[in-house]
Amino acid sequence: MSTKRISKEYAELSQAPPDGYTVTLPPSESLHTWHITLRPPPATAFHPGVFGILMTLPTDYPFKPPVIKFVTRTYHPNITNDSLGNVCLAILKPENWKPSTKIAAVLEAVRNLMIEPQPDDPLEERIADEYRNDRPEWEKKVKFHVEKYASEPPVFPAGP
Amino acid sequence: MDSEEDFMSQMSSDDENMNYDSGDALSDADGMSDPIPPQGMPPSANIYPDFDEDYDQPDPDFDLTSKDLEKTKKQAHIVPFNVYDPADIQKQQDGMINEVNMILDMTKEDAAIMLRYFKWNKERLLEDYMDRPEHVLEAAGLNTTTAKPPKLETIPGFMCDICCEDDDGLESFALKCGHRYCVDCYRQYLKQKIKDEGEAARIQCPSDGCGRILDSKSLDILVTSDLVERYNELLHRTYVENKDNYKWCPAPDCPNAIECGVKKNQLNQIVPTVECHCGNRFCFGCPNPDHQPAPCELVKKWLKKCADDSETANWISANTKECPKCQSTIEKNGGCNHMTCRKCKYEFCWMCMGLWSEHGTSWYNCNRFEERSGSDARDAQAKSRVSLERYLHYYNRYANHEQSARLDKDIALKTEKKMVQLQSASGMSWIEVQYLNSASQSLQTCRQTLKWTYAFAFYLQRNNLTEIFEDNQKDLEMAVENLSEMFEKPIVELSDQKLKVDIMDKTAYCNKRRVILLEDTANNLAQGKWLFNGDLNMGSSSSGTSRR
Repeated sequence: MSTKRISKEYAELSQAPPDGYTVTLPPSESLHTWHITLRPPPATAFHPGVFGILMTLPTDYPFKPPVIKFVTRTYHPNITNDSLGNVCLAILKPENWKPSTKIAAVLEAVRNLMIEPQPDDPLEERIADEYRNDRPEWEKKVKFHVEKYASEPPVFPAGP
Repeated sequence: MDSEEDFMSQMSSDDENMNYDSGDALSDADGMSDPIPPQGMPPSANIYPDFDEDYDQPDPDFDLTSKDLEKTKKQAHIVPFNVYDPADIQKQQDGMINEVNMILDMTKEDAAIMLRYFKWNKERLLEDYMDRPEHVLEAAGLNTTTAKPPKLETIPGFMCDICCEDDDGLESFALKCGHRYCVDCYRQYLKQKIKDEGEAARIQCPSDGCGRILDSKSLDILVTSDLVERYNELLHRTYVENKDNYKWCPAPDCPNAIECGVKKNQLNQIVPTVECHCGNRFCFGCPNPDHQPAPCELVKKWLKKCADDSETANWISANTKECPKCQSTIEKNGGCNHMTCRKCKYEFCWMCMGLWSEHGTSWYNCNRFEERSGSDARDAQAKSRVSLERYLHYYNRYANHEQSARLDKDIALKTEKKMVQLQSASGMSWIEVQYLNSASQSLQTCRQTLKWTYAFAFYLQRNNLTEIFEDNQKDLEMAVENLSEMFEKPIVELSDQKLKVDIMDKTAYCNKRRVILLEDTANNLAQGKWLFNGDLNMGSSSSGTSRR
């Protein structure tokens, strides 16, 4: 029952994506996996990086929230700094998710998280401490990560 | 349990005892191990310790003599409590909803939502609502109001924002907030919330950012009856969980809830054991099964200690000694008596625990006696051994009763079969063999009590009270062992009338001894008379009692 909704959302987002985003579907796969790239705005430490985000829509989407993972390594308090790239986002928690929430809103929330990390609700305690107490050092490391991992367009893993 | 004991000897039910008996029996000797207060008792009467047990509403027709009053005196080891079945719980909720419905002039659905938001604290609801009604309505999820009752509608040109379907004739639904979705999506949403997430009291409108709470009337329109049932069950659950003095009976599949007025800060003066109608006895103050006479704090300490120690303590005691200098535990796994501690390099003799250099020329042949360093070391070691042995003494008895209770329980399962066999072997009627059931129940209850007396005793300082306690413990233990032995006799012997009478007498005696023990400990606990040893720090919140 979710196909119509997903198609509609995809059509809207691929034609008029939110600022800094490109949205594509991997070839020969269902509508339930999306490849998303994000270029954070110049005002953030993550500029000029290119970040790959893999979004999976569960079969009972939109009743269950989408799952998003950063495929690009990211030095951020709310994103695990490993190959999993899990993200902690309030809007995606089951108790906060509403079926009427749109993917556009999720993307908006991710971009806001890049602009303004939430060190009080961290996935990476150490990075959160650094962000809070030694901002220049944090920014230096972000730059380093961006140069090392996020200078090329992201490579998405092959299908499931 | 009561009903079975009704068959014993001359025992009659509590109420009859109270109203008709001449009052010759002592209050604590009626063989009733655990009377259940009648349902009609008002919760407000449950304030410890000034309660009158279950006789606080005497029928005005009966003139209580002073002897009766004496008899109705409370038993210190029994706390007042009420058991509620699902219908009672529903009735209580309905009652409060009706009241708020009348006072505040809002629909019953809205009143229910408000009450749940205030965790069924009616007084606070009324007070807050009077102060600033809009704010309270908003917070409870009742912000926007249009007067229309909820119903399914077909609106031309409607497209569901969840599934994006826009077929003609698509049925749709909206709560009072007006956020409209198709019926299929609404149903799917509710099913997931109720079934998968176990949510009921706080299901919001599916619209992003809308806090409107689903009411039960709307739910009835939307979902199937099995979901409604589940929804109501979940609501019951939040009702009971929201009330501080309510708890679910933890027995599997038991739908009842228990109300008990004992507060957290009273737990070092009372052991609040309650009994559900299903027969499950448990502590109201902590998550454990009945642990009278030991208070909750002690039980927690004891269980932790047992989990830490008991497995290895035996082995350590048998196979190791401590280094006289650094107290590291050392196992001697062969070789001579010249020990060098791996940790502190202290050299000593394994036999006398004395300093090795003092052995002089008597190397490798310890036959010395009375050297200072040796005897000091032995003293220190003996001390730590004594404390371990003391613990093991109590632990073994505790564990033994636990084990026996388990075995008795197996036997109890066979009791029914035994009772049938006995009927055919002796020609006794079903009612006449009920005494076996009573005996089995009594055995289990007494074992449970005995088990905890050992944990209790472990933490007690030695004084006169402790001695009285140990006497009571000994009496109960002997009685229980005797009963246990009689109970296990083969059918042939059981059909003997004399043994039947013996068993009945012994059952009554066990119950009586148990009550005496529990009364003694509960009274002293309530008055703060027990002196616990250093391992247990209780009484920090005891209210002006005589404990030092």
